[in-house]
Amino acid sequence: MKGNEALALAAIHGGCTHFFGYPITPQNEIPEFLARELPKAGGLFLQAESEIAAVNMLYGAAAAGARAMISSSSPGLALMQEGISMLAATEIPCVIVNVMRGGPGLGGIQPAQSDYFQMTRGGGNGDYRIISLAPATLQESAEMMQEAFALAQKYRTPVFIVSDGMLGQMMEPVELNKSRSKERVAEQPWILTGHHNNRSPRTIKSLRLDPAELEIHNLRLQEKYKRISQAEVRFEAYREVDAELLFCAFGSTARIVKNSVDDLHQKGYRAGLIRPQTLWPFPALAFRSLPKSCRSVICVEMNCGQMLDDVKLAVEGRVPVHFYGRCGGMIPEPEELTARALDILSGDSQ
Amino acid sequence: MTGRRGIPHIAVDSCKGCALCVSVCPESVLTIDDARVNLKGYYPVSVEAVENCIACLSCALICPDVVFTIERVVDQQGG
Amino acid sequence: MSVIFSKTSGLTETATHYCPGCTHGIAHRLVAEVLEELGLLGETIGCASVGCSILSYNYLNVDMIECSHGRAPAVATGIKRTVPEKTVFTYQGDGDLASIGTAEIVHAAHRGENITVIFVNNAIYGMTGGQMAPTTLAGQKTTTAPEGRQPEFSGLPLKMSEMLAQVPSASYVERVSLHHPKYIRKAKKAVLRAFTCQMEHRGFSLVELLSTCPTGWGLDPIDSLEWLEANMIPYYPLGVFRAPEEV
Repeated sequence: MKGNEALALAAIHGGCTHFFGYPITPQNEIPEFLARELPKAGGLFLQAESEIAAVNMLYGAAAAGARAMISSSSPGLALMQEGISMLAATEIPCVIVNVMRGGPGLGGIQPAQSDYFQMTRGGGNGDYRIISLAPATLQESAEMMQEAFALAQKYRTPVFIVSDGMLGQMMEPVELNKSRSKERVAEQPWILTGHHNNRSPRTIKSLRLDPAELEIHNLRLQEKYKRISQAEVRFEAYREVDAELLFCAFGSTARIVKNSVDDLHQKGYRAGLIRPQTLWPFPALAFRSLPKSCRSVICVEMNCGQMLDDVKLAVEGRVPVHFYGRCGGMIPEPEELTARALDILSGDSQ
Repeated sequence: MTGRRGIPHIAVDSCKGCALCVSVCPESVLTIDDARVNLKGYYPVSVEAVENCIACLSCALICPDVVFTIERVVDQQGG
Repeated sequence: MSVIFSKTSGLTETATHYCPGCTHGIAHRLVAEVLEELGLLGETIGCASVGCSILSYNYLNVDMIECSHGRAPAVATGIKRTVPEKTVFTYQGDGDLASIGTAEIVHAAHRGENITVIFVNNAIYGMTGGQMAPTTLAGQKTTTAPEGRQPEFSGLPLKMSEMLAQVPSASYVERVSLHHPKYIRKAKKAVLRAFTCQMEHRGFSLVELLSTCPTGWGLDPIDSLEWLEANMIPYYPLGVFRAPEEV
């Protein structure tokens, strides 16, 4: 099964009832699959006139109680940011998939991780955070997709699935957890249902013209983000216990790094990997207590160094943090990573 | 005059004194009362000649602030 | 004696923030009265749009959602496609609908979304301080067209109702005016027809209400009504531009 299709099928099993899409490569298999399959599962697929419209349809549907999602690729995500800021401000649970490609601008259609900033730093206006789940395998893609809806409901927040062109287009066997039934969103005190003349009208809004009121709202959001940061950090640690050199990589890049880590071990070097599964909240704690053996960290990304900022913030200068990146749709080979690691391990890091 | 007659009631403190009602009243029933100021700080509309009111609802229809409640009075001789 | 006019329960007790004489209040009342008369207040979800009407959720006694500038028709689409049994409407100004939101309004009509659009056209951006809108008349002075709109520089004003009536899946499009009680009665009938259209699953309905902006126009409220009649109606003719049969 193709990665994008695995995400789409997992969404149906995760209880997705509404999908709003707009064509953009390399995510097209998601809307195409859901256009075929979601109606059969009793859901709704609707093609929007733009990514801007799609994210606003998502906003309306989720505000009316739908388990709704949208997907896009990098430039499309950029267009959606206005709506994502609105979703964060109004605390609407929903899922947004980004199958990343190279940028900036239209960039290219080959795999990249050039949206780390976009997926962790907003892009939309204002103080807000979005849970960003970053799978590295198709199995994990499917599991995270199912979990994303639960997290969205639990915290009343949009949730990102951060995939890339490589994960989206590759084939791998996936075992789906089909036991999750299609739960309807239970009545909540904020869902727009019409007031049926038995309660006061509900308003979903973000505008707060009184600065004191807006500050209170923002601080309440920050409290929520703090709770998420404490409870939902996820990462995989691989051969890190006695690592001298610790890699940090996410998504499809982490798969390549694993090969390099194994290769280095075969050559007699102790390398390990920290793979953030949540880009936000970033697993800083994995770097706060570095193994004593660790002499340096190298961040590997398919971009020019974005997660690198978070790694440096987490390492807090305890050891040098290096970077290796390929971009524009170029994919690093394990051999390149091993060579770079050997340079660092031999002290020739400049 | 016989026939249709009405009494406009005014929620004085809802009035913003725009005078649209005064301008559309065909019988000069209403006036802006510049002898007093309402809670909003405007000179509110007031009824000057209730006996002229023909319950046409023009004031109520044009009022953006829904200050009017209109009662209809059925005259003895009229309908 | 009997009460023949009183405030509809479709409006809340909150006083509007609109300037004295602004016809937004009339448009709100018409929507509220129609929803009350159709027994829909408890079954309706409204979409407030950016502009003076952003706070309409404080005044209308229905569930409402605030939308980003121009996006209300897309948000309404998401709502209606989730709860098709509810009545869904957008309340949009001309800066919102005719400028930043042209894509969303055209495509809501294009899909034949079964929603109702209340389009308040006062030929100017009100809330932001009286800037030129796509609907600003030729020669009309605004804060961003200090010498008046120059058609050879900024084009001629957009006629949204005429445009949207050409969209094949649009169902009902009418332009009315709020400058005089006689016209306000007609406007209410149009709003009623638009919501009835939605109740009967006939698809996209839109009522354009010509409105005043005394503050933005720099005129007193009464002169504004006269200005509307003298200047807007000749350019924006009133009437039904599109109607399904038997509505």
